[in-house]
Amino acid sequence: MKIRLNGTQVELPEEVTSVESLLAHYELQNRIAIVEINEDIIQKDDYKTKKLANGDVVEIVQFVGGG
Amino acid sequence: MLTIANRTFNSRLLLGTGKYPSFDIQKQAVEVSEAEILTFAVRRMNIFEASQPNFLEQLDLTKYTLLPNTAGAKTAEEAVRIAKLAKASGLCDMIKVEIIGDDRSLLPDPIETLRASEMLLNEGFIVLPYTSDDVVLAKRLEELGVHAVMPGASPIGSGKGILNPLNLKFIIEQSQVPVIIDAGIGSPKDVAYAMELGADGVLLNTAVSGAQDPVKMARAVKLALEAGRLGYEAGRIEEKDYAVASSPMTGLVGS
Repeated sequence: MKIRLNGTQVELPEEVTSVESLLAHYELQNRIAIVEINEDIIQKDDYKTKKLANGDVVEIVQFVGGG
Repeated sequence: MLTIANRTFNSRLLLGTGKYPSFDIQKQAVEVSEAEILTFAVRRMNIFEASQPNFLEQLDLTKYTLLPNTAGAKTAEEAVRIAKLAKASGLCDMIKVEIIGDDRSLLPDPIETLRASEMLLNEGFIVLPYTSDDVVLAKRLEELGVHAVMPGASPIGSGKGILNPLNLKFIIEQSQVPVIIDAGIGSPKDVAYAMELGADGVLLNTAVSGAQDPVKMARAVKLALEAGRLGYEAGRIEEKDYAVASSPMTGLVGS
């Protein structure tokens, strides 16, 4: 499926269907990251069950240095 | 001791985490500063280069309270979105409301800041708005129920220090919540001055991260903060226009 990920159009392999598998695909499962799909924040407990759909707009954000 | 909402901190210094020359220097500076509250920004992850190191992930998070900011937001709605993202990390429930209203001076938008603060309080956040040094705005924010007010000393990153001590003093005198002087601090003397005015704390970033020796400067601002606070608590003498002799005027030799 195709999603828009952090502003970039990406084609995901077939096995990537959930938030959990998306994070694993990009090797982010051990990072401090927050996921938003179509402007809805996905809580960590829902990573396994939350399915991705074609055309989803996904943001993965983190904490960076700032004042 | 600094108390914000129900949290108590030994240090009155809040340290920003942006723009250090290296993570190693930053770690040392954070350690030496003895700051317990660290600010962060929320940004898109560089997913396509996921191996990039991240400062936060190198910290012992049991030792620090994270204060994410809403920098990048220009409206209350954008600030709330960023705040909710930060909270979803499960690492923090404090938020520094930072809504810039002017790109050149980076001064905060007072109306959006007020709106965002109200929205975030309703969502259960511990809300620390970065505001201008407007006395009435600080009062209005406090009436909303914010947990601290953070008036700027001068524009962000300018290092111009405290430009309007009178307004800051008015804000400090009227406030029942902590007043943290945020932004524009340039050197230890500004930190000491803020604390002598009676501020409850100081938030700074560039003054340390941009110094030639950030680790040494971290120690300098820590000491300045302690000196300023002690001076405030000790109660300084009144200023007079003319001299008052310190030595006795009686028993002069040869009189």
